[in-house]
Amino acid sequence: MTNLLCIDALSVRFAQGGATVAAVEQVSLDVARGECVGIVGESGSGKTQTFLAAMGLLASNAAAEGSVIFDGEELVAAGRARLNRLRGARLAMIFQDPMSALTPHLTIGTQMAEVLVQHAGASWAEARARSASMLTRVGVAEPARRLRQYPHELSGGLRQRVMIGMSLMCGPELVIADEPTTALDVTVQAQIIELLRALREELGMALVLISHDLAVVAGLADRIVVMYAGRIVERAPARQIFQIPRHPYTAELLKCVPSVWGPRRERLPTLAGQPPRPGESPAGCAFAPRCPRAAERCFRERPLLGGGAHPIAAHAAACHFPLPP
Amino acid sequence: MLRYFLTRLAGAVPTLFFIVTITFFLVRAAPGGPFDQERTLPPEIMANLQDAYGLDQPVFTQYARYLGALLHGDFGPSFRYQDFSVSELIGQGFPVTLELGSLALLLALGLGIPLGVVAALRRNRAADYAAISLAVIGIAFPTFVVLPFLGLVFGIHLHWLPVAGWEPGSPSHLVLPVIALALQPLSVIARLVRASVIEVLRSQFIRTALAKGLPPHVIILRHALRPALLPVAGFLAPAVASVMTGSLIVESIAGLPGIGRYLVQGALNRDYTLVMGMVVVYSALLIGMGLAVDLLYAWLDPRVRLAP
Amino acid sequence: MNALRADAVLRLRSNRGAMLALYLVLAVVVCTLVGPWLNPNRGETLDISHVATQPGLEGAHWFGTDRLGRDLFVRTLEGTRLSLAVGLLAGAVSMLIGIGYGAIAGYFGGRTDAVMMRIVEMMSGLPLIFFVIFLTVIFGRNEYLLFLSIGAVGWLTMARIVRGQTLSLRRREFIEAAIVSGAGAGRIIRTHVIPNAIGPVIVYATLTVPEIIMFESFISFLGLGIQEPRASLGTLIAAGATEMEAAPWMLLVPGGILAVLLLCLNIVGDGLRDALDPRAPV
Repeated sequence: MTNLLCIDALSVRFAQGGATVAAVEQVSLDVARGECVGIVGESGSGKTQTFLAAMGLLASNAAAEGSVIFDGEELVAAGRARLNRLRGARLAMIFQDPMSALTPHLTIGTQMAEVLVQHAGASWAEARARSASMLTRVGVAEPARRLRQYPHELSGGLRQRVMIGMSLMCGPELVIADEPTTALDVTVQAQIIELLRALREELGMALVLISHDLAVVAGLADRIVVMYAGRIVERAPARQIFQIPRHPYTAELLKCVPSVWGPRRERLPTLAGQPPRPGESPAGCAFAPRCPRAAERCFRERPLLGGGAHPIAAHAAACHFPLPP
Repeated sequence: MLRYFLTRLAGAVPTLFFIVTITFFLVRAAPGGPFDQERTLPPEIMANLQDAYGLDQPVFTQYARYLGALLHGDFGPSFRYQDFSVSELIGQGFPVTLELGSLALLLALGLGIPLGVVAALRRNRAADYAAISLAVIGIAFPTFVVLPFLGLVFGIHLHWLPVAGWEPGSPSHLVLPVIALALQPLSVIARLVRASVIEVLRSQFIRTALAKGLPPHVIILRHALRPALLPVAGFLAPAVASVMTGSLIVESIAGLPGIGRYLVQGALNRDYTLVMGMVVVYSALLIGMGLAVDLLYAWLDPRVRLAP
Repeated sequence: MNALRADAVLRLRSNRGAMLALYLVLAVVVCTLVGPWLNPNRGETLDISHVATQPGLEGAHWFGTDRLGRDLFVRTLEGTRLSLAVGLLAGAVSMLIGIGYGAIAGYFGGRTDAVMMRIVEMMSGLPLIFFVIFLTVIFGRNEYLLFLSIGAVGWLTMARIVRGQTLSLRRREFIEAAIVSGAGAGRIIRTHVIPNAIGPVIVYATLTVPEIIMFESFISFLGLGIQEPRASLGTLIAAGATEMEAAPWMLLVPGGILAVLLLCLNIVGDGLRDALDPRAPV
């Protein structure tokens, strides 16, 4: 069975003031039908840009190279008409801040219904009725009243539910959720994660969950991909990432997640240093300056994912001295 | 919404009142004016004035009478045109000016908004250059240069359109004046819309609309246009002021019998009552426009509407 | 702060468009000063043998003559000079008024500020021309009145800008330090507020000058400003408008000069704004 989404050697470059800056370098990953893949990384790691490129939503000064194949169709450099047939209908994206991501002067109803009107040729009346039932499905009470309201009249959690519902209107096969919980309170975060889990069970769509927070991804993902400085540094089935991380960066990330159980520490562990800014391309491994295991080779030679083996193993890390299993 | 409107209205009334009062007292105080006791005036005018203003009565009684008359729309007799009252003159001239001004504004909006949108979408192409040229013309060539120039080209050399004059019901006399009047607001509106659309298209919610697979015309018309028009709504009051100012020139040059021309003549002839009346009318108009713009703002941005 | 200035000057220098516009304006100014000396005619002399002639070399009437036989070259240059002078002078006056007003409003804040700004708001709503007409009716046509009303053109926005700057500066530490050390309000305003707010003031002053020139031409055109036989760009254009059928150059030449002045001054003003505030979106 072929994968739903195949990203192959994708690079995204920005033209900034005369120089070219690479936000994403040679990223390859697959998403199978119905699978949930978690993408983890700091801001600037390229995790969002990778999927913006897939959706054809890059800024005008950015260009993508490589290939992104969705169910057999090439998305990179696809024409707008072709992209619009897929976007919103079979391939949907949820953004980080629902307040700025929703159009302020249109009602919730209009914004949800227009997806159906556009893709399924429904009438506005039908589309609104379906929007109301979708709102119920995503846990929004009094759907009829909410449909008539404007985004600023809803709380953050409700707005995110609306965004999720809006993305599911046409029953897409793949939903990309970019930091869906970052702008929300912690308690609401948990609710949203739970909602996504329930929806996945019910609808069976594939989900790409992008987050800087490992905890968010932990509950939902089947597989996890860790990105750093525009490249993938480790990928593995979810449990393995948590139990036997192999890349030092992943290990450090795990240490940073405060745990309710476990020994009480005096200071929260942090990662020293900063990730390289986009545009700085060090010769060797990008993580070397901050890596506790770095050796001379790390500064010279860039490690390949899985040691360059082909095909790459299910659990692979881009490191010369990966942690022992 | 209604409450919003009423509060704004309540704020506007004092301003109008202030203007009316200042007008009244300033004219009374004017040296060499009609109320200056040392001037000798022809008896008919004196009689008229006594009649209209009760000059033998104390000032505040006169003020009260003035206000009362105003509320009835009576601005008194014209100083120069002895057979006409100011209200009559205003009544004659107002429709002309209204037609001129509204057409000019409609042209400015109707051409400026689409031009701005197209210029924003296709950068560095024909529409963009057109918008920039318009901007240049708007800055460098004031109305009183443009109108004679247009008259020169289209009236005298090409004989397409009449240069001046007015015939009720004859649209061709309005063409050049309307164009000349519309040019300046048009250039500002086009530039505003262009910048505003570019700005709005960078918003997050436009990205969401794109992600939903909506076609460009839907995104522009349904999602981008309303927020992009907010600066234009803000410009409307100055635009009306600009059109009003311009109409003075345009009517004078093109010989259109509107209140603008009366105003200029009134100033040159020192026709006090006429000018007083005009100033009040114009102020009321401007304040009314200000209110209308506020309402428009509320419609464009629901967040304003629903705030207490 | 001097580093900021030097930086801004550099940026301005590299803005070719603005520099070109600046040179053009200076060229016009030089012409108005020097030009009349180059021509044997005087602006007021009536050359009856050359009435309404086209631009040419005859009788050294390079721009032609008007209906009364007056040489247009000299007259146009003199008119431009007058318009420029009015623009600069009135601009300076309105700038001073605006700065003073805005600084006081911003410095004292609270009630004073609210009242002062309300007045500005009310005045901004009314187009200036009505104010001028009103005054003309009351006081008659008077050239001093002209200056007064022109001075009224620019100060409103200047006051707003300076007030905004003053308000934000007031909260900065060095102002508090000055207050604590006993400096009086006037001194603080003069030595601290004004130098720091100077950037936008310069930009705005440069943009006010074309606005004033335009306004002067406007009212002179209507007959309310500069009177015949004196020439200003406004009166010249008015005369040209009536004569345009027979003598189009009478309209085109002063109109063209006005256009050049307005456009170039606006470009220079924009260039200054870009030079002083590079963070502003393009």
